[in-house]
Amino acid sequence: MYSVNYHRATSVVDAVKKIKTGDAKYLSGGMTLIPAMKTRLAAPSDLVDLNHIADLKGIKVSGKTVTIGAATTHFDVANDEKLMKVCPALCALASHIGDPAVRHRGTIGGSVANNDPAADYPSALLALGATIVTNKRQLAADKFFKGLFETALKDDEIVTAVTFSAPAKAGYAKFPNPASRYAMTGVFVTKGKEGVRAAVTGAGDDGVFRSKEVEAALTKKFEASALEGVSVPSKNLMADLHASPEYRANLVVVMAKRAVMAANA
Amino acid sequence: MGIEGIGARVARKEDKRFITGAGRYVDDMVVPGMKHAAFVRSPHAHADIKKIDVKAAEAMPGVIGVLTGKQLKADGIGNLICGWMIHSKDGSPMKMGAWSPLAVDRVRYVGDAVVVVVAETKGQARDAAEAVEITYKERKSVSDAVEALGKGAPQLHPEADGNLIFDWGIGDAAATDAALKTAAHITRVNIVNNRLVPNAMEPRAALGHYDKAEDHYTCWTTSQNPHVARLVMSAFYNVAPENKLRVIAPDVGGGFGSKIYIYPEEIVCLWASKKTGVPVKWVADRTESFLTDAHGRDHHTTVEMGFDKNNKIVGLKVDTIANLGAYMSLFSSATPTYLYATLLSGQYNIPAIYGNVRTVYTNTAPVDAYRGAGRPEATFVLERTMEIAARELGVSPAELRRSNFVTAFPHQTPVIMCYDAGDYGTSLDAAMKQADYAGFAKRKAAAAKKGKLRGIGMSCYIEACGIAPSAAVGSLGAGVGLWESAEVRVNAVGTIEVLTGSHSHGQGHETTFAQLVNSRFGVPLDSVSIVHGDTDKVQMGMGTYGSRSGAVGMSAIVKALDKVEAKAKKIAAHLLEADEGDIVIENGQLKVAGTDKNVPWFQMALAAYTAHNLPQGMEPGLKETAFYDPSNFTFPAGCYICEVEIDPETGKTDIVQFVAADDFGNIINPMIVEGQVHGGIAQGVGQALLEGAIYDGSGQLLTASYMDYTMPRADDLPSFQISTSNTPCPGNPLGIKGCGEAGAIGSPPAVINAITDALGHENLTMPATPQKVWAALRSGSKH
Ligand SMILES: Cc1cc2nc3c(=O)[nH]c(=O)nc-3n(C[C@H](O)[C@H](O)[C@H](O)COP(=O)(O)OP(=O)(O)OC[C@H]3O[C@@H](n4cnc5c(N)ncnc54)[C@H](O)[C@@H]3O)c2cc1C
Repeated sequence: MYSVNYHRATSVVDAVKKIKTGDAKYLSGGMTLIPAMKTRLAAPSDLVDLNHIADLKGIKVSGKTVTIGAATTHFDVANDEKLMKVCPALCALASHIGDPAVRHRGTIGGSVANNDPAADYPSALLALGATIVTNKRQLAADKFFKGLFETALKDDEIVTAVTFSAPAKAGYAKFPNPASRYAMTGVFVTKGKEGVRAAVTGAGDDGVFRSKEVEAALTKKFEASALEGVSVPSKNLMADLHASPEYRANLVVVMAKRAVMAANA
Repeated sequence: MGIEGIGARVARKEDKRFITGAGRYVDDMVVPGMKHAAFVRSPHAHADIKKIDVKAAEAMPGVIGVLTGKQLKADGIGNLICGWMIHSKDGSPMKMGAWSPLAVDRVRYVGDAVVVVVAETKGQARDAAEAVEITYKERKSVSDAVEALGKGAPQLHPEADGNLIFDWGIGDAAATDAALKTAAHITRVNIVNNRLVPNAMEPRAALGHYDKAEDHYTCWTTSQNPHVARLVMSAFYNVAPENKLRVIAPDVGGGFGSKIYIYPEEIVCLWASKKTGVPVKWVADRTESFLTDAHGRDHHTTVEMGFDKNNKIVGLKVDTIANLGAYMSLFSSATPTYLYATLLSGQYNIPAIYGNVRTVYTNTAPVDAYRGAGRPEATFVLERTMEIAARELGVSPAELRRSNFVTAFPHQTPVIMCYDAGDYGTSLDAAMKQADYAGFAKRKAAAAKKGKLRGIGMSCYIEACGIAPSAAVGSLGAGVGLWESAEVRVNAVGTIEVLTGSHSHGQGHETTFAQLVNSRFGVPLDSVSIVHGDTDKVQMGMGTYGSRSGAVGMSAIVKALDKVEAKAKKIAAHLLEADEGDIVIENGQLKVAGTDKNVPWFQMALAAYTAHNLPQGMEPGLKETAFYDPSNFTFPAGCYICEVEIDPETGKTDIVQFVAADDFGNIINPMIVEGQVHGGIAQGVGQALLEGAIYDGSGQLLTASYMDYTMPRADDLPSFQISTSNTPCPGNPLGIKGCGEAGAIGSPPAVINAITDALGHENLTMPATPQKVWAALRSGSKH
């Protein structure tokens, strides 16, 4: 790691002020940023720690409306009783991110801002039709995620929360990369007032995306059997050591089936 | 056995410090004035070094020295060597290319060390390392061994034409060809044994300290054999004569073979310490470990096995190309020859065998022995071939094996080894019973109902441990003898120190060696200390690898204990005014047999040191040393049966049952043996399902972190069902065969045999990742 200056922000306003120092970066759980700094792949001059801003923490559920503060850990999302009642699929997703150490430090805001193409949360937020709340504006998930590690966030913009209306049904299934255990293909499906949405992570060569084919099939019938014989094109899917585009195309359908089964269970 | 003696399930003494974070590893060592090193490594697989500019680096904060290969050569530091001479079939010696600890004019793999920077802190050393400017002219590279032998392949070393290091043969080629001609059936198989990265939990590290006043060096290093390190650094690298070089290998967090070898870094740290006048420490980060620890396996093999009309094996012909990487590591030549092809007879009566091995330079990390070392490769060749042959012949894989088993001992194979003892049928029966082999069809049908494909596979392995008789290995080209030493020091109050040339880096010697002493003298385990890993304390030793610490290391201790016992009895007899021959040792006392006359152990020891009343002419004190040279290898063997379920939708394989029935000879501590088997199987399953080092076309290691290199995790593995049925080894006093590598040797073919059974065809290479199994389900012919 290169040497770096650490700043503890006391409020969102304070954080925005401090981020102007040098080549600064926000620090949330640090589960992505710190390893990248240790291997010298990231080299911010300053870190602005968001972990001590009370406003950014915690989960609120009122009726079907869920709001999760950006600095809420994966562990807290996985174990929130109110959330469990309205959207257990999101709790289940959070409970399978990384390992216990990662879940106790890593945060939803960090994951969303980082938009790793193999991260779990982006698929959930896209399928839930969630809104990403920042210190400046509110952005629909469809507009927020922009490709590999790209989002609509401006340089000094802070994700403060994510919010969504819990759908009638939701389910997630992930096929982990054997080595990293990030999603090699993960599919989050929802069925709500506005219909069926299915978002895929880990597979797209331009990051998280909604699968037309899966959505069309599940709109007819929200059952695994509706996906029998459905195929998705491999054209824009990722190729790497662990999975070819064709294999990922297969996994999209298989994980979609399992996600629907989980949603209906 | 007693509650602490041989055969007792004693908890490991050393675990207290390991699991409470109190172990002392090289990185825990601090010497006054110590500074930190960082290496500048080649980013290219193959390139000429045109220019090295260190000026900017030297000007960086905290920098003490920036040193190059030219300076190292000018100071007379030698090249790294391979310590086992192999001759090609045509009689020519192996072609060893020069390996300078710091590359001078050419780099040959990504990670090749070029410059070392010494600075006040590790961070400053790294910062300055980035400021070293090296101008490279890239050359074409090759990472695949078969390609490297091809026409037009880039040449790595001027010494090795066509990148061929040696073309070696074992057995009788003409007899094997003739036998295969008579065969009623020949099974032909192409086999790839995947390249593995050892991944010890503790990365390699070195701390070099040159003491100017004494003109003396100390090297703390992550070594499995500190004495060999001292010998080689003195004799070949001209670091310092042995009496001026102390090597200490303190707690070492796993080796698996990768810490046998002497690497550039420890040599450079010692040299740099003298050069800069400060003690120099280097600790690898995980990326450096992936790039520069000696890798394992990486064989391409074709096999022909002939059977007569009664399904008896008539001949076996094996042709192997082994990738040795960019330079020849210390034992790299022995691993794919004498540790591999000598095991090609397996558990079977094979009248004619011929093995041909070509070793090849490529632009990859050096390859050397890794847990099992040659024996997993041999076992994979044989046990895949046997299973495929059974499928082709339409006979039960168990019966095909059984009908070819060696049943009479000693058994001379056509490939040097002479098996001393074994009972392969018993292990096979035990494993089949435990696995409920007969009930498999039912389980397969039940799995099919759940939409899963179930398969079963077995592997009957044999290996050679306890390496090895010195004269034998000497005649085969080894540069060292492979005996072991021991010194037993009984203190004046009867407590005991055992100094051993074996080195523990996870094996539990502090417990098992003490159990041996307890069995002999009744001294509590807590009163026995095992001292190892320091050339100033232990005079000489050959270290730990090849499952040799029990069979060879403990045998040396037995010899020393025999001498102690003889003297102790003399003293007791004198004190008790009895005949020496009547003295027995029981419950911590030396007794006159059949009477209640006795002298407690500690009183005898005190008498030895007060020397007030010793037999006439006896020297005071009680300390004995011994060297033990084994008379033969030992031959652990066993049968492993693996059962898998495959999810055809994703290609994911779950190991639903794993049975291991081993014959390890006599067992000192069953719990430690079980731990060794568990760890070995985990590594074998890792090779079969998960692990594989992959270089891309330009020689970059794609699997250079845990994001891409899959290590086995607990949930990849079932609860193992293991048992032992032991035929004592006749070759050593304790009847031990060794158990450290069996799991990694026996398991890969069992796993792949199970998966191919479920698939219905043989087209599958390791690691059998979900993607590969999924693709294999959609291709390949059914058998
Ligand atoms: C071993 C391991 C396994 C993992 N496995 C998984 C997995 O299976 N699935 C998965 O989805 N993830 C996985 N992760 C990643 C983990 O979930 C991270 O926690 C997450 O991706 C980033 O969150 P963080 O809070 O740690 O963010 P940080 O690392 O602190 O920050 C990440 C990036 O986001 C920026 N940032 C952080 N917070 C904000 C904010 N509020 N507003 C704007 N920018 C911000 C930072 O500046 C930085 O660029 C794993 C990580 C590790 C180390």
